[in-house]
Amino acid sequence: MTLIIDYDAGNLRSVQRACAEVGLNARISNEASAVARADRIIFPGVGAAGSAMRSLQANGLDKALLDAFKAGVPVLGICLGMQISLSHSEENDTTTLGLIDGEVRRFRLDDPALKIPHMGWNEVRLVKPHPVLAKVQPGDEFYFVHAYYPAPAERSAVYAQATYESTFCCALGRDNYFGTQFHPEKSGRVGLELLACFAAWDGTLSPEVRDAQ
Amino acid sequence: MLSKRLIACLDVRDGKLAKSVKFVDTKDIGDPVEKAREYYDDGLDELVFYDITASSDRRRIMLDVVEKVAEQVFIPLSVGGGIRTVQDATDLRLAGAEKINVNSAAVQRPALIAECAEAIGNQNVVLSMDILRVDKSETCPSGYEIVINGGRTRMGMDALAWALEGERLGAGELVVNSIDADGTREGYEINLTRMLAEAVRIPVIASGGAGRPEHLAQVLTEGKADAALVASMVHYGDYTCSGLKGYLHEHGVKMRMSW
Repeated sequence: MTLIIDYDAGNLRSVQRACAEVGLNARISNEASAVARADRIIFPGVGAAGSAMRSLQANGLDKALLDAFKAGVPVLGICLGMQISLSHSEENDTTTLGLIDGEVRRFRLDDPALKIPHMGWNEVRLVKPHPVLAKVQPGDEFYFVHAYYPAPAERSAVYAQATYESTFCCALGRDNYFGTQFHPEKSGRVGLELLACFAAWDGTLSPEVRDAQ
Repeated sequence: MLSKRLIACLDVRDGKLAKSVKFVDTKDIGDPVEKAREYYDDGLDELVFYDITASSDRRRIMLDVVEKVAEQVFIPLSVGGGIRTVQDATDLRLAGAEKINVNSAAVQRPALIAECAEAIGNQNVVLSMDILRVDKSETCPSGYEIVINGGRTRMGMDALAWALEGERLGAGELVVNSIDADGTREGYEINLTRMLAEAVRIPVIASGGAGRPEHLAQVLTEGKADAALVASMVHYGDYTCSGLKGYLHEHGVKMRMSW
């Protein structure tokens, strides 16, 4: 069973619909017991890091998610759901899950003509291959909406980058966890293909992928 | 680098597609779900539905349209028209809308913007403004006035001041719709769009007046808009979404070209 974690963080049905489109029947739940039974997890979300963490903790979802990660269950974090996988967020000065060592920072842009949030379609450039990104071609653009971006401490966690004044990490991973800053469920065909790749991923990485820097 | 966006606006009345010219004389031009799918397949970047249904069961009809579209269109979907409460906004979000456009109700009760931003996030609240060119005056120093009720009621409010107030209250994006240009097909109101785009730090969507591809290029460069909204240009088959994007791309405007 694929589970979409519900922690009051926005529009989960759009993720569910996009999953259905690629043949992945996903259930939405806010129960830690459901997370424990899931064999695939999607951790979506828009909103603020502080309230999201409180909501996760209130339902015991933080621990359930970490347990699932340790058990090798493939997990996909999207936007805020991805940001929460790092160790700390500048947003509300929040301590987050720490699956990936690093920080989530707010955009500080020099160009006054650039808007915040970074909203719209932007090119996702692969840094190294990953099974979830297998179908992404040079020039493919995905839909972003965010004012904060992830800055993993280890270069090895970075799988793709995008540029908004400066270059930032927009897809990261570690073992059976993978996360995107962009919204595959709102990114048309290329987004659906990414979800299909996640649906087919067993959570393992070949040694070449795992050890690539 | 961030691409500029092509957005198509579909006016929906009683669950059918309509296109207004100067906000009067609407006529049905087809099924909104089919049109949405067609544009999605042809590379459209974002969709806006504007509900102009007058009947009392308008909300149910619109929720139904949004649900059906959200099942097959996987790009951002924005819905406006008659949103007066946070409940209206959250219902539409549940049905599958990404963003909510507020317009007249926010002019009459600005707190609606802050309430919606709190409930669904700033980035999902779009402040749509219908704007009339007027002589500069003490009440409208920018020379642009806010109108509501589909352009029928002048509010004696300055458009620039309202845009800044909307941003302060938590709007994540602005739609700048020129009543003067709307339906003319003679081009967007460039001065108005640029004035507002330079004044706020949230994205600005230019609306009203598009008739030829060069109008889009102009408003996305000279007009400094982040996105261009089209309606009749694509609804009647004169232009296609992919054709417009190809034109813009060839003329140096950064667009998403693979889909």
